[in-house]
Amino acid sequence: MNALTTETQPRVGPGFRLQWEPVQDCHVLLYPEGMVKLNGSAGEIMKRCDGERSVAAIVEDLEKAFSAQGLEPDVRAFIELAAKQRWLAWD
Amino acid sequence: MTPTQGPPLWLLAELTYRCPLHCVFCYNPVDFARQEDELSTDDWLRVLRQGRELGAVQCGLSGGEPLLRDDLEVIVAEAHRLGYYTNLLTSGVGLTEARAAALKQAGLDHVQLSFQDSTREMNDFLSHTKTFGLKNKVAQVIKANGWPMVMNVVIHRMNIDHIDRIIGMAAELGAEYLELANTQYYSWAFLNRDQLLPTHEQLRRAEAVTDEWRRRLGDTMRLFFVAPDYHEGKAKKCVNGWGSMFLTVAPDGTALPCHTAKMLPGLSFPNVREHSVRDIWFDSEGFNRYRGTGWMKEPCASCDQREVDLGGCRCQAWLLAQDPAMADPVCHKSPHHHLVQAAVERAGSAPVGKAVVEHPLVFRDPANSRRLTAKPA
Repeated sequence: MNALTTETQPRVGPGFRLQWEPVQDCHVLLYPEGMVKLNGSAGEIMKRCDGERSVAAIVEDLEKAFSAQGLEPDVRAFIELAAKQRWLAWD
Repeated sequence: MTPTQGPPLWLLAELTYRCPLHCVFCYNPVDFARQEDELSTDDWLRVLRQGRELGAVQCGLSGGEPLLRDDLEVIVAEAHRLGYYTNLLTSGVGLTEARAAALKQAGLDHVQLSFQDSTREMNDFLSHTKTFGLKNKVAQVIKANGWPMVMNVVIHRMNIDHIDRIIGMAAELGAEYLELANTQYYSWAFLNRDQLLPTHEQLRRAEAVTDEWRRRLGDTMRLFFVAPDYHEGKAKKCVNGWGSMFLTVAPDGTALPCHTAKMLPGLSFPNVREHSVRDIWFDSEGFNRYRGTGWMKEPCASCDQREVDLGGCRCQAWLLAQDPAMADPVCHKSPHHHLVQAAVERAGSAPVGKAVVEHPLVFRDPANSRRLTAKPA
């Protein structure tokens, strides 16, 4: 896996599944015999990681959706953390 | 029911008690051969739907050997469609390429491949012969289908000294996760406890070897060493708390808070043929009896660890102290802890490689099941 850049197109890692759980009122990440409950911002980032959108596009989309500026450092930090946990992967 | 009771997140469907293997540490009930009744396909599909409506997300398909159900693909497909993460817990016996392809097509998310057995089969496995050939083939099938490779080995006195080779083989087979699960002493494992219980010394060595492999493997394979509670003097929160997130459905439809709870006396568990999963989870006596801490006796009731371990395992309390509401005897504060200590001491007093007591291992097979549970005429 290459180093993360704004061009990187992250996707949910193999063996993991992301879905919205109404009962728990949050996004969850499912993996063999386990589950991670994602907080609001983690869920919003992860659900945009479809393997097609670049990090730049994800940041732009989030800034638009939440009328915010300067989200890139936080988004990148989360994506790197998630990759360490294998929640996200890219080429 | 406590007002904050959450949903059953984990639904374990024990599809059948039938199994081609005869593992001496099996946790299936000793009288399994007297429980031949199995739920129909439609029953299972209804249970899956009801569980998912409550919020269950993980679905384990287990047994016995679940591949012996020829409707497994139908069950997996519905579980997947409903949004469960589907886990097949299998010995790999019967997982042909065709069957694997059909399960992949049905949406199976994950296969947990177990290495069984002591004695003959384990020897085969350790010496790279017949069993290893089968596991190797199944491992390739798992890889070819893009499933995460999760392996499980039950550890005991007779294989724990081979842990280096066990981990080495898992690495060779490309496992991403390896669970080294020390035997839990219920059911068949309890019958064979004296032959299976490792010594303190064996455990220390095995943990050191596992740590060394962790350093060597880094992130490529994750190793979980499930410590045995007999040696630790510490009770574990059983199934993360009675009725807190696990729901097991036995082959005949009996709903249980854990897969061995049926052994407990004075408690009836509802059947999914007669009750909805919602009623079972929230309102049945069987699921409510040991929820929380209100049922506890001393020393648990006033213990500062009571919320941490919730008194440990009810089945172990029943098996060792003959009272399911007592503290789990593995806890050093239990008035019955000496029974656990005595068993561990006995394990340490006999040379490793030799059985502690001179009686044969009891294999989990239908004939033994019937013999051991025969009612006097």
